[in-house]
Amino acid sequence: MSTQTKTKTYNYPDDRGYYGQFGGKFVPEILIPAIQELEAEFNKAKNDPVFNEELAGLLDEYVGRPTKLTYANRLTEHYGKAKIYLKREDLCHTGAHKINNAIGQVLLARRMGKKRIIAETGAGQHGVATATACAKFGLDCIVYMGEEDMVRQKLNVDRMRLMGAEVRSVTSGSRTLKDATNEAIRDWVTNVDTTFYIIGSVVGPHPYPMMVRHFHEVIGNEAKQQIHKVESRNPDYLLACVGGGSNAIGFFYPFIDDESVDIIGIEAAGFGVDSGKTAATMTKGTPGILHGSLSYLLQSDEGQIELAHSISAGLDYPGVGPEHAHLKDLGRVKYHAVTDEEAMNAVKLLSETEGIIPALETAHAFAWLEKLMPETSEDEIVMINLSGRGDKDMGTISEYIREENN
Amino acid sequence: MNRIQHVFDNKKPDEKLMSLFITAGYPDLESTVDLILGFEKNGADIIELGMPFSDPLADGPTIQYSSDVAIKNGITMNKIFEMVEKVRESSEIPIILMGYMNPVLRYGVNRFTRKAAEVGVDGLIIPDIPIEEDGIIKKQAEENGLDIIHLVAPNTSDERMKLADENSQGFVYCVSVTGVTGARDGDEVSKSVDRFIERVRANITLNPVMVGFGIRSHQDAQNIALNADGFIVGSALIDTIKQHYPKENWQSELMSFVHSLKFGK
Repeated sequence: MSTQTKTKTYNYPDDRGYYGQFGGKFVPEILIPAIQELEAEFNKAKNDPVFNEELAGLLDEYVGRPTKLTYANRLTEHYGKAKIYLKREDLCHTGAHKINNAIGQVLLARRMGKKRIIAETGAGQHGVATATACAKFGLDCIVYMGEEDMVRQKLNVDRMRLMGAEVRSVTSGSRTLKDATNEAIRDWVTNVDTTFYIIGSVVGPHPYPMMVRHFHEVIGNEAKQQIHKVESRNPDYLLACVGGGSNAIGFFYPFIDDESVDIIGIEAAGFGVDSGKTAATMTKGTPGILHGSLSYLLQSDEGQIELAHSISAGLDYPGVGPEHAHLKDLGRVKYHAVTDEEAMNAVKLLSETEGIIPALETAHAFAWLEKLMPETSEDEIVMINLSGRGDKDMGTISEYIREENN
Repeated sequence: MNRIQHVFDNKKPDEKLMSLFITAGYPDLESTVDLILGFEKNGADIIELGMPFSDPLADGPTIQYSSDVAIKNGITMNKIFEMVEKVRESSEIPIILMGYMNPVLRYGVNRFTRKAAEVGVDGLIIPDIPIEEDGIIKKQAEENGLDIIHLVAPNTSDERMKLADENSQGFVYCVSVTGVTGARDGDEVSKSVDRFIERVRANITLNPVMVGFGIRSHQDAQNIALNADGFIVGSALIDTIKQHYPKENWQSELMSFVHSLKFGK
């Protein structure tokens, strides 16, 4: 602990839900009472020992927390530089970190007496996590999912349905996560009195980015304790993938005031950041308002939202959480992008060296090791958030490898 | 003199003002100016000109559709301003630009408000700017003499209705039902709307009130706007266009529908 520089200067969002110039609550008047009620209830719940105890109990017995920290010895040997540790969110029930937030928000919904739950999903991991939590608590669950994503992630569609959720196919716009979010918000506007909207990432109007971060902070808190236990110090580098940015915020947040830690977020470049088929919002985006908050967006000169592209459905989103936009502007977190191809190579490498098949989203973070590792030294430590497992992506992965071999 | 205030000042006591929404560039770029002028001739008192956005999250399928078509037609903010300029050559009907904040932000708030005022726009309705966020455009709108019109809904508290009143100019837009835009069963809407408008009247005292969402006939308008100063129609117009365009008589069909909305059969 002695090497840490504790400045404790980072304190966002402000009272209005802003992270510097980003964030806010850009929603129709109809939703204002709902987000005000939510903010008040969340602030009460997070300081309520009964709520926290129940949440901690579920994270332990149901989700399987704390998740392990695994030393990746063969991956470390492969690069021959810094030691690489993996925070194993892939071992969470349902296969990704998303369940941390879904359980937290379902508990909040129950506390507020809302029995109808809606959610949007891209890769299907948040949809599955929400369907899971709703099944566990006996709540109605409706998940909006883009038609194209339903094809790419068919297994997750089947999982949601098996757990009793209704999956509604979204056919507007790009038929992916952006449009699923639009439809979920329209449902919320229409059924606001009875319905709780569980947003799956650190996006949307305040208080969502703050609340989702809160439910995922457990990732970084555990990782910090675990690395201190084995190495007696902070890591030198943190690495996570960023779509909306929930796993990354949860992993990064407890380290933001530790200035000695280099924090790196990896976006999806798709075919390449300048290819026109990309999801690299922070690399290529400009400030704008989408889905209730001000952040970086992929948009045209006319302010129309552009279609994102990534082989990973979970990163295929033209926006990013407002806190990431702020962390980028502060320079506290460095954001880079890797292509579909680089991510796929990382899937193969991690599978072959560690016997772990990562989710395509997660693979983007691993792909950055190619650039990062040569700059590190043997006495340094890299910690990566292994945010999800790749079972859901086997269709996409197999197809990619088949095409590559042809 | 402010054109919006002018029409309310000249309203006859029993008259219900009619505000019509049309998506700029729908069904094609060339018709928008003619439609506005035709609406005026057939009884419209105010025009709400929609600035299309790719992700209209407070709108139902009808306006999503018209926005998509307009974007595909190549609508731009400058083209919208040219349309207003063209209308102003022959008409003083109040024109309110309505749309989401992102295209405005991208255009530049200063540049947008200056240009809007210059071409003869009278006010702005931006559904994703609630009162707590209106600082993003309020000062610039004020400096350029543009009214900002806030919305209230049946789930808006008395306190927030007062706030919307204090922060609006021109009128306050009452959303008759909680939901997205779109034509609905008029009877369903009017059943619940009376109590809402009663509450609106008690809390909104500085501005006139216009009621919208779900109006698709003269009878709907009369019922729903009974205790309001007027009514707003949007989706029903788009639906009518969709039904007749591009048949030769699509405009005359639309105009007779508009006439019937205001005056009955």
